[in-house]
Amino acid sequence: MGILIQQIVNGVTLGGMYALIALGYTLVYGILLMINFAHAEMFMVGAYIGLFTLKFLSDPAWGMARLGLGPVQEFFTGSVLGLIIMFIIVFIVTGALTGLLGVLIERVAYRPLRNAPRLAPLISAIGVSIFLQNAVLLWIDSKPIPFPDIFPIVTLPYGLNSLKIFIVVTSIVLLLGLDTLVSRTKIGKAMRATSQDRGAAQLMGININSVIAATFFIGPALGAVAGIFYGMYYGAVIFNMGFFPGIKAFTAAVLGGIGNLRGAMLGGFMLGMIEALAVGFLPAGYSGYKDVVAFLVLIIVLIFRPGGLLGESVVEKV
Amino acid sequence: MEKMLNVEHLSTSYGKIHAVRDISFYVNEGEIVTLIGANGAGKSTTLKTISGLIKPKAGKIFFKGENIAGLPGHEVTAKHIIQVPEGRRIFDRMTVMENLEMGAYLRKDSEGIKSDINWVFELFPRLSERASQKGGTLSGGEQQMLAMARGLMGKPELLMLDEPSMGLAPVVVETIFTVIQKLQREGITILLVEQNASLALSIANRGYVMETGKISLTGTGRELLANEEVQKAYLGH
Ligand SMILES: Nc1ncnc2c1ncn2[C@@H]1O[C@H](COP(=O)(O)OP(=O)(O)O)[C@@H](O)[C@H]1O
Ligand SMILES: [Mg+2]
Repeated sequence: MGILIQQIVNGVTLGGMYALIALGYTLVYGILLMINFAHAEMFMVGAYIGLFTLKFLSDPAWGMARLGLGPVQEFFTGSVLGLIIMFIIVFIVTGALTGLLGVLIERVAYRPLRNAPRLAPLISAIGVSIFLQNAVLLWIDSKPIPFPDIFPIVTLPYGLNSLKIFIVVTSIVLLLGLDTLVSRTKIGKAMRATSQDRGAAQLMGININSVIAATFFIGPALGAVAGIFYGMYYGAVIFNMGFFPGIKAFTAAVLGGIGNLRGAMLGGFMLGMIEALAVGFLPAGYSGYKDVVAFLVLIIVLIFRPGGLLGESVVEKV
Repeated sequence: MEKMLNVEHLSTSYGKIHAVRDISFYVNEGEIVTLIGANGAGKSTTLKTISGLIKPKAGKIFFKGENIAGLPGHEVTAKHIIQVPEGRRIFDRMTVMENLEMGAYLRKDSEGIKSDINWVFELFPRLSERASQKGGTLSGGEQQMLAMARGLMGKPELLMLDEPSMGLAPVVVETIFTVIQKLQREGITILLVEQNASLALSIANRGYVMETGKISLTGTGRELLANEEVQKAYLGH
């Protein structure tokens, strides 16, 4: 029983991160029918930006103190309120910078190919992905960089701790926020309209380029938050850290029905849960098969629901 | 009468396919003008070019004296040139009400939007019964009504309708065409593309016949209805 609860906790934590990444794939696919292979790198770059921002704000050897802002730094690291404010700043700065990077990438690497055959932007995305990984490898470091462990970890029963709670709660708040944004606000409605019929959306007076830019801001911004969580959770970042979470999140998006926002969220949590339960309950020495289990579930779901769990059935679309 | 829309030597192509070749026509304020012609003649391409969904290859499009050729679609819509596209293209996964809100996307006058929603519900009472239903669940006729109502929410000065009768039962077509005439009386200028030539010509002030990308004939609605070539080619006489 203990292990079950513990693995559920781990599954939800992992699931929150996967969901945050998965929605970036699904939003872009919904609007451009394109799989943004570079999205995993947004997660990775986000983790780095988060790490440096956090260091800047909290590490006495970095920035702040030298700028004469020592007292501010002491406030950030010296009290719970300070920590909360500091993390909020880290998330906002990281989200904004990574989001802007996403917008820039769309502008230079995808928009010129918007009317090209569908393979072209896909290859361009792979190019962006390779570029970003190598940029980090060459200009920052090829080795893992430890993530500042300033988050106070309070251990609780059943493998629960304050960090996991923090990750889960923040993920859920962000996911609910995005869901509300997309279903209620003007820009959200414009995004939905554009994904349903781009030409008709234009006839409504919607500026398609702005909607696409917004999409390329939101996905990477939230992916970056997942990157920070990942760094905090596993304790380090490295240039190729995007690969597995990227594949998992993409799988989650497909599982939930690619193009469907709530599907990506559901898929993310399901995948995290499957992975954690597989680790907990596969016979000793077989926990490496957790990914096999995850993909097995994906295949089974796709056999019965080719459009994914919440996706439209493919037949309907024809 | 003032020319509201004046198209001069417009050409549009899809790669090597020259869909519209050097056409010129105009629409006066308050008129219903119809563009008729066989399937593939270039009627939809003409409307899409005016709307800014496709860039013209050459030519000018004057709207109230200003050349709007090549403007992006959302800027054309902002000038209250509204196209109701062929095949309706409503937002399937949005409710009727949300579709109407999308039609009013560029407007900020929430009072005006509210009163216009009442207005389109008066024009199409069927829609008010279905207000909270998803667009995709409506019948073809209801979808056409929704597409028109959504267009009207953008406060059109020039309303361009692309084949509003396509695939609809005669009763529904009658409803739609009655509304089109009502809209003209309310002061909206209308450019109507139709394959149902006799019906379109019967309500139009003037018409143009398109053939393989060119305008081959023009005249008043009555003249074209009486024209032998038109009768042979489009009216099945
Ligand atoms: N997206 C497109 N790509 C290539 N050719 C097109 C496209 N749309 C229309 N055409 C071609 O342009 C010509 C005019 O089409 P269209 O304007 O749709 O005619 P109509 O509305 O009068 O039936 C046709 O030959 C059609 O095949
Ligand atoms: Mg057509």
